[in-house]
Amino acid sequence: MAIEIDISHVARLARLELSDRQLDTYGRQCRELLEHVARIQAVDTEGVEPTSHPLPMTNRFREDRITPETVLGHEEVLAQAPDTEGPFFRVPPAIEEA
Amino acid sequence: MAFTTIVGAARALRDGSVTSVGLAEQVLQRTSMVEAQLHAYLTLDSDGLMEAAARADEELAAGSDRGPLHGIPIAVKDNMTTRHMETTAGSRILSGYVPPYDATAIRRLRDAGALIAGKTNLDEFAMGSSTENSAFGPTRNPWNTDRVPGGSSGGSAAAVAAGMALGGLGSDTGGSIRQPASLCGVVGAKPTYGAVSRYGLIAFASSLDQIGPIAHRVEDAALLLDAISGHDPLDSTSYPGGIEPSGARLGGGLDGVRVGVARRLGGADAVEPDVEAAFDRALAAMEGAGAVTLEVDLPSTEQGLSAYYLIAPAECSANLARFDGVRYGLRVDGATTEQMMSRSRADGFGPEVTRRVLLGTFALSAGYHEAFYGQAQKVRTLIREDFARAYRQCDVLVSPTSATTAFPLGDRTEDPLSMYVSDVFTIPSNLAGHPAISVPVGLDRHDLPIGFQVMAPALEEAVMFQVAAAVESLAGFDTTVPFDPSYGLRGGVR
Amino acid sequence: MTWEAVIGLETHVELSTASKMFCGCPARFDAEPNTNICPVCLGLPGALPVPNREAINRIMQIGLALNCSVTRRPVFHRKNYFYADLPKNYQISQFDLPVCVDGYLEVGGDHPGRIRIERVHQEEDTGKSTHRGGDGRISAAEYSLLDFNRSGVPLVEIVTRPDIRSAAQARAYAQELRLLVEALGVSDARLEEGSIRFDANVSVRAGPRAPLGTKVEIKNMNSFRSLERAVSYEIERQTARLSSGQRIVMETRHWDEEAGVTRGGRIKEGSSDYRYFPDPDLVPMELDRDWEDGMAALLPELPSVRRVRYEEMGIDAAQAANLVGAEAGLAQLFEDAVEAGAGAPQAANWATGEVVASLRKAGIPSVGGSSLTGSSLAELLGMIRQGTLSGSAAREVLAGVIAGEGSPAEVAAGRDLLQISDTGLLESVVDELIAANPDEFARLKDGERKLVGFFVGQVMRNTRGKADPKLAGTLITERAGL
Ligand SMILES: [Zn+2]
Repeated sequence: MAIEIDISHVARLARLELSDRQLDTYGRQCRELLEHVARIQAVDTEGVEPTSHPLPMTNRFREDRITPETVLGHEEVLAQAPDTEGPFFRVPPAIEEA
Repeated sequence: MAFTTIVGAARALRDGSVTSVGLAEQVLQRTSMVEAQLHAYLTLDSDGLMEAAARADEELAAGSDRGPLHGIPIAVKDNMTTRHMETTAGSRILSGYVPPYDATAIRRLRDAGALIAGKTNLDEFAMGSSTENSAFGPTRNPWNTDRVPGGSSGGSAAAVAAGMALGGLGSDTGGSIRQPASLCGVVGAKPTYGAVSRYGLIAFASSLDQIGPIAHRVEDAALLLDAISGHDPLDSTSYPGGIEPSGARLGGGLDGVRVGVARRLGGADAVEPDVEAAFDRALAAMEGAGAVTLEVDLPSTEQGLSAYYLIAPAECSANLARFDGVRYGLRVDGATTEQMMSRSRADGFGPEVTRRVLLGTFALSAGYHEAFYGQAQKVRTLIREDFARAYRQCDVLVSPTSATTAFPLGDRTEDPLSMYVSDVFTIPSNLAGHPAISVPVGLDRHDLPIGFQVMAPALEEAVMFQVAAAVESLAGFDTTVPFDPSYGLRGGVR
Repeated sequence: MTWEAVIGLETHVELSTASKMFCGCPARFDAEPNTNICPVCLGLPGALPVPNREAINRIMQIGLALNCSVTRRPVFHRKNYFYADLPKNYQISQFDLPVCVDGYLEVGGDHPGRIRIERVHQEEDTGKSTHRGGDGRISAAEYSLLDFNRSGVPLVEIVTRPDIRSAAQARAYAQELRLLVEALGVSDARLEEGSIRFDANVSVRAGPRAPLGTKVEIKNMNSFRSLERAVSYEIERQTARLSSGQRIVMETRHWDEEAGVTRGGRIKEGSSDYRYFPDPDLVPMELDRDWEDGMAALLPELPSVRRVRYEEMGIDAAQAANLVGAEAGLAQLFEDAVEAGAGAPQAANWATGEVVASLRKAGIPSVGGSSLTGSSLAELLGMIRQGTLSGSAAREVLAGVIAGEGSPAEVAAGRDLLQISDTGLLESVVDELIAANPDEFARLKDGERKLVGFFVGQVMRNTRGKADPKLAGTLITERAGL
């Protein structure tokens, strides 16, 4: 199966800033791997239900209770942050100027 | 004398012939001797270990006994969060990250009195089969330092094999406990999916990941597993019912046990002759001990590798999205949020992780979702049905754990696919969610360990450990060869 | 050509559960920034979600109230997109198997119609970004600050089919939906606090039979009025473009309340390839018949039903809508007053008129916060009917009751407001007035009837408003022999 991968689009979706050379290499490797695993498409799965969980379980819920013991202290929340301002996390602006 | 097994150490602790501090000293001394060559640990918490050991001794002296793991030093794979102890998942993107909470498995280990000696090396985010994908350098095999320890739990397997801890925890997504255990000549078990809480395990592929034990002896592995398993309200996929203790039938033997021989599991070809021979010897011994063997075929598992390399990257592409430089971990600056994230991730992830994230993102993307991810999930159903059919005829299935013994460092790093086929025998159990264990049964012509895999139906850990213990005793394999100070470390440093 | 607008609304409602959707943190985000947070809602490595049963209950209630059917095995999906205030960079939401599907909401008023509901599904909220620097606008911000208290608060999204045909109808739908959600008690349902948010998909086509036009999504409307204005603006913008032969670009536009326009193309949109897949951290739900019946049994009287009931009590449609649309305590006051014997139309008028005005004057935010009860309102209305209180005196008595001075009778007595209906007493007042105003009385006798009003006014003044004006009028005309 021939597979077309727009690798720079995929890298953008995955938020990975890669060089053209890296894109080339990864694009080729991904294509080779996909071509290898694409043989899975030959398997007849007509009427087969997909498995998303190995053990068939349903309805795992928690009750609507506040659990103060899991709430983190304010310092713990911010302790690992690369950049903060006061009680907030700080990031560069969200937009790209047109 | 040195203590090599948990059961032996636990007995000695209680008859007063050793203290927990003594065990901790033994482990630290051994580590100081071999760690420079092996690089099994990413974080070794010597001070914490000594303090915890002293406390464990005080508790025991005061008559407060937490059970068989009380005072035992354990090495933990560095993809389980440890409160106030650096946890990196072997990735540059988490270098220096200190979690504010303990994984459930870690908390349960601590509650059982075990001591966390440190955090062990792994392939970055558990993606790999050789521990060469660690951002912090590879771990080497204690049996031969030219060779890889396997992976991704190579650090824990090497640490246990080399006596740098009495037991270890790994995680297994496609074989990441069993394959390194096999390559390092120790016991490693992947429990039933849902048996051990994944809360605090840094996710690689959520529907496949399981934490499990690595140890010198099957009974030690059972002790470790029983300490960490059980329902956890913090993990929705944790099994809510009770499970028979893993060690409940350890003395049960093999008489009348129906053993399905899955030689071609996962479509395996190219099994090394020495591996095949060791496997056959072990089988013959089992038959001699009363086991009934029959060859079984699980044809759908031939698609296991393909299904795995669609499902695992797809899930990991979402699981690893949270590493974005906003709240923790590496940040590389950028003019916009998007640029900052894209640079942080590109810099923070190594090549294997990048490749799988790209692969998974593509496999889930519009237009390909059904053909790849959707189809893989259906093939998974077929594989489960194959297993179900096999288990109507037999109690356990057996196969080699790995088609090869430990391979030289660098041997497979250039060709991702050659590395991926390391896991053909182990992947099917992950896809099915069933338990599986690797037991060392012999050495190849290069004196490298060979593992034997025992698989069981979901939640049948007790039967699996029963058979594994019998295989272990029939094989009489000495796991402590590299542990012996006179053995030295072969290979590159000989 | 007659252009027709085709509008669909997506509504996000924040559920007022105690804890968040997937963790035990308080679902309140008015606390100090970044304090109601745990590993799960901060997206820390290793953390896992466990769904809140009560949130699912509430989503089912909303779906059932919207006449939807319940999906037997709904599934949680991951919706993948990167955004700084989305901790996991995916949102746990639903895709092809939402909790509820295929319902409708009847919209009355000036723009009646049945708006079909496509789906009602679970979501989780994001954290909150504040854009700083520049001129304060998002496009010029130098950096953003993040507070994750809101992260993981349970949300339900309600998606209509494109059945709405005007801006006014969009508003009517939104108002009706808010009322419904409020009646269910599942959300604070406050627009100004963002606990209900509306996004509109607007397209315009050349008449009802023409194929659908290119749709534009508009966001950032935080009141019913701005929703209506934004949709209206967008319809005009698209109509103008199409009329002049231009094309509509598929995009997301943001409503600028101050300028009164929608703006597009400023904020960089992520790709819409969300790569949905079932969340492997969560197992499917199984919503069986019993569970559904249990939720159906919890449904209160819905606003549409209540409006009909009020109309059947003799209240006109507009007043019924007022009552149903008012603060919940007011409708309760009305119902209690009727229960205690008050006439329904009068009780409705007072509840929505004088009571609201008096409360506002007293600075009391709700009926519940005052000492006014249904039975005291009924008592007050009874005194008017019996003629013991004039209309103006009754307003004063109401103020006294609201101020906690006692029952209407006690307040009326205490403030000396009881009406003088005693003929003998009033006769002497009237006679005094006739004696004091002989000229006017003479003109009245000559047939200048409008002077009755003059004398009644004088009677009211001399009795400080306590006289029964009707009785005073009768006495005066009798004296004049008319
Ligand atoms: Zn939380």
